[in-house]
Amino acid sequence: MAKEGEPKKEIKIHPIIEGIVIDHISAGKALEVAKILGVNNNLVTIGLNLSSSKMKLKDCIKIEGRSLSNYELNKIAIVAPNATVSMIHESKVDDKFKVKLPKELKNTIKCNNPNCVTRIQKVETRFNVDETNSVSYFKCFFCERSYPINDIEIL
Amino acid sequence: MAVKDFVGRDIISIHDFTKKDIIDVLETAKRMETLSNMKLNRNMMNAKVMASLFFEPSTRTRLSFESSMNKLGGKVIGFSDGNISSTYKGESLKDTIKMVENYSDVIVIRHPIDGSARLAAEVSNVPVINAGDGSNQHPTQTLLDLYTIKKTFDQITDLKIGLIGDLKYGRTVHSLAYALALFKAKLVFISPEELKMPKYIINDIQKANPDVEIEEKNEVESVINDLDVLYATRIQRERFVDMTEYEKVKNAFRIEKKMLKNVKSNFKLMHPLPRINEISEDIDESKYALYFEQSANGIPIRQSLLALVTGRFG
Repeated sequence: MAKEGEPKKEIKIHPIIEGIVIDHISAGKALEVAKILGVNNNLVTIGLNLSSSKMKLKDCIKIEGRSLSNYELNKIAIVAPNATVSMIHESKVDDKFKVKLPKELKNTIKCNNPNCVTRIQKVETRFNVDETNSVSYFKCFFCERSYPINDIEIL
Repeated sequence: MAVKDFVGRDIISIHDFTKKDIIDVLETAKRMETLSNMKLNRNMMNAKVMASLFFEPSTRTRLSFESSMNKLGGKVIGFSDGNISSTYKGESLKDTIKMVENYSDVIVIRHPIDGSARLAAEVSNVPVINAGDGSNQHPTQTLLDLYTIKKTFDQITDLKIGLIGDLKYGRTVHSLAYALALFKAKLVFISPEELKMPKYIINDIQKANPDVEIEEKNEVESVINDLDVLYATRIQRERFVDMTEYEKVKNAFRIEKKMLKNVKSNFKLMHPLPRINEISEDIDESKYALYFEQSANGIPIRQSLLALVTGRFG
């Protein structure tokens, strides 16, 4: 039993003092998340295929000395839509939330249509995010092509 | 949306239109035709300049826009071939638009790249009308198709409308199906297996109207006698890897006169033109052929849009 004042179970194994824990990443996606965050100079612990009651298998990343921007959170929400993020401050969970896709994404993902103006001219990509039959679709503001989440390529 | 709310508006995609917007445009076109018949709109666009930027050739759409503007007393500037414009020298579309907006009151753009019209509209301070952006949208075609149906049947709701041909790549049928769903028409998609209506388009259509009735067929004979309208489009050779497959499909989806023997008495056949061999020419003179009238309806629709967005209507 964790005594009062002790870090929560989640961060007990690899405790970090200041940083972030991204949990409930779909199994196999942690390295993609790490790539998005570009964590070259931080202390990083990556857990792959950990057992999870909700997801059977999951991945988890803990990063010391790092916070997240909204831009990065949006990217994580695309790669790992079920991820939960804990912000750790002085070894305690300061804030914990589930990632959420925004309604609009700017300059975050690439349009898969090779004839889209964003692929041919210097134009920032813009996508509207919408859910149909519980699948998230990303619709290009310019060429109007719509892609399910699994077909999305991050910039 | 009231007529005055169209002032300054870009016409880029049928997805930007509510059902009410479409009804307003169709009503305006009807009034425009009356004004034309009474010769009362000959100065409607007086002192206005339309820039006609055709980065790829499209004779019929360009002539229809330019004729629309000329008949309303407006002026036309522009080019009809991207190779002779400065884009050829590497100028970005943004720069071209920023330059042209200084010379015109409305810009009509046709461009081979998907999304280029939207980009032009984002950059321009004068209204932009999309005359076709790659394989994406061609909203004036959709509006003239709807106008043709409304004019012929006096309604769109509850009509059973078949779309036949290349439903996978045909931008005309994508936009039209979406708009027809807004009006609660019943839709039948008729195509070879390899050119079926894409799933993302069906999602879009269902968003426009969750109760939309959609049937999918791979031949037309079993359904043609129940249809009010059959809208045919071209099956393009370049979509096929196997040419024998193309020949087979092309002939199987051709509309012959003998197929119309038992159709409804007010049945109509539509086509955005140009036609290759999708419709047998001996149908042209029959009461079922609506495609030439359909193409003529491009004038009141384009006149209406030009006048609406520049604030010259009403």
